[in-house]
Amino acid sequence: MSTESTLRIVWIYPDLLSTYGDRGNLLILARRAAMRGIPVETYEIRSDQPMPSMADIYLIGGGEDGPQALAAQRLIADGGLHRAVNQGAAVLAICAGYQLFGHSFFAKGAKCPGLGLLDLHSDRGETRAVGELRGDIDPRLGLPPLTGFENHGGRTHLGPGVQPLARVTVGIGNDGQTEGAWHGKILGTYSHGPALARNPAIADLLLRWAIGADSLPPVDDTWPERLRAERLAAASN
Amino acid sequence: MPLRAKVATSVSKTAAALSRAAGRGDGSVIGGWIGLKIDPDLLAHLASGRAVALISGTNGKTTTTRLAAAAVSHIGRVATNSFGANMPTGHTSALAKAGTTPFAVLEVDEHYLARVIDATTPRVVALLNLSRDQLDRAKEVAMMAQLWRDALAGHPEVRVVANADDPMVVWAAEGSGQQVTWFSAGQRWHDDSFVCPQSGDPIERNGGDWWCTGCPLRRPRPHWRVEDDGVVDPRGDWHLVKLQLPGQVNLGNAATALAVAAEFGVRPIEALPHLATVASVAGRYAQVDRDGRNVRLLLAKNPASWLEAFDMAEQAPTLLSVNARDPDGLDTSWLYDVNFAPLRDRLVLITGDRALDLAVRLEVNGVAFRHVRTFDEAIQAVPPGRLEVIANYTAFQDIRAELDRVN
Ligand SMILES: [Zn+2]
Repeated sequence: MSTESTLRIVWIYPDLLSTYGDRGNLLILARRAAMRGIPVETYEIRSDQPMPSMADIYLIGGGEDGPQALAAQRLIADGGLHRAVNQGAAVLAICAGYQLFGHSFFAKGAKCPGLGLLDLHSDRGETRAVGELRGDIDPRLGLPPLTGFENHGGRTHLGPGVQPLARVTVGIGNDGQTEGAWHGKILGTYSHGPALARNPAIADLLLRWAIGADSLPPVDDTWPERLRAERLAAASN
Repeated sequence: MPLRAKVATSVSKTAAALSRAAGRGDGSVIGGWIGLKIDPDLLAHLASGRAVALISGTNGKTTTTRLAAAAVSHIGRVATNSFGANMPTGHTSALAKAGTTPFAVLEVDEHYLARVIDATTPRVVALLNLSRDQLDRAKEVAMMAQLWRDALAGHPEVRVVANADDPMVVWAAEGSGQQVTWFSAGQRWHDDSFVCPQSGDPIERNGGDWWCTGCPLRRPRPHWRVEDDGVVDPRGDWHLVKLQLPGQVNLGNAATALAVAAEFGVRPIEALPHLATVASVAGRYAQVDRDGRNVRLLLAKNPASWLEAFDMAEQAPTLLSVNARDPDGLDTSWLYDVNFAPLRDRLVLITGDRALDLAVRLEVNGVAFRHVRTFDEAIQAVPPGRLEVIANYTAFQDIRAELDRVN
């Protein structure tokens, strides 16, 4: 079982929120930790299981309206994720998972209560945002540009209690201006699915937050860097 | 903090470990398009007088259509769109080209099923499965199931042959309000049906069985099912199925084709010899010899069909090609829904427009690979013998073009 020196990563409700290759983020985080010699344990917590509050990093992915609403209900009723966040866990929330971290979101035409862990709310846009997404990440995070693919009908409005993760240069993100949100050790983004495949620096940020390190030993990112260069170039066309 | 210490001490070890890293058209659409411009009801006119079967679903419809058409040909000439042109223009072309035939077996794109049912008043509609496909623009899976359900509810006279293993399909088929012939073809892919389309509650699974935890939706007992290397019919008789097409998935497609043929009165014992004549389907499973390499083409257009392709592919050098053009869907996220681990012990080559997405995916998956720019480079990179090619839709067509549009 886990010891204090083991990094614990929880993937929240893969049975409900894993429509777009979201497993990739769990695999990439675990791999990048292991490459640094950090022992890792991963947990896939289904929606019918209690949510542990002792893990270091929580991942939540995208999904359709019905599962999104169900996931929010269960997480509110369970309370484990709230405890984890209060204890300082790091979080990466994607798409539907990002929306449900806010105060409210729309699913199946109805306004649904969110977890209230990020000061934001989401509603429906007039058009669906589909395509390459690119943005300049808040300089305080010290990360290279965000690249991703977005596919969502929602628009997200940030309150004063969060910072935008990035300024949009290509695509829509939250509202055409800003993309995603961060507060404390919580990151939310519309860069959907396996966002960390194109943004290994965000994976490393989560790892650094989780272990309290200012930096990590470098790893060979030849292929991810080639992919990033290709996608950033494709998005600027 | 112990972790910080571990990180610090791992730097040199890691550096050593890291140095290891390496790193066009068949003419089957245009005729119908022109015809429909001239007479918007042309498809209905061409279909009238024929007994029609429509076959739809996310996966397997082209092959199942080919097998079902072969089976039905036992009792008369069959018009069919055997090149996968599965929208109304393709149906119109296929029926026009075939002339007068007593039967038609048509593959239908799942988005067009309602329209084609209205136009062709089919005797039978076969519903294979609904899984995610073309993520960036396909209707969400549950929404597609609702469209099917509505389409069938308006046509109580249509006989339905449907997949008992797929909760989305069962819910859609049950809406038709009449008897459904259920088949079980064996389904590997479950990730799209964890949530009940009827009530939104979790779906439980145990072995092949499934049921909703919040409403009466559950797996119906199949009339047709795969067992060992054969198919059990509704009377309980087992039939050995011999196919030229590889893999468990094609045994399942054969079971479906037998169920469709039975709706036309063709018995399994009559249909089976016809199924055995099918060697390839629009280039899929085709084998071509090139420079001493025996190239076999496998199409994999979404996560479910990649799993099936790994099951079919022999333990041989394998070329993977991935594009993300319009027909493929622009999003490559699905790569992380496929576990490529079955390829770990073979020579893997990658190519295609989105080879870099594939490269990162394979690296995360612990699969060694080599990136090649062209199909010829791939041929030269493998020893004489079998080369398995697994490609998604437009990548498959590109390679098929390299091989002179093999059928
Ligand atoms: Zn239900």
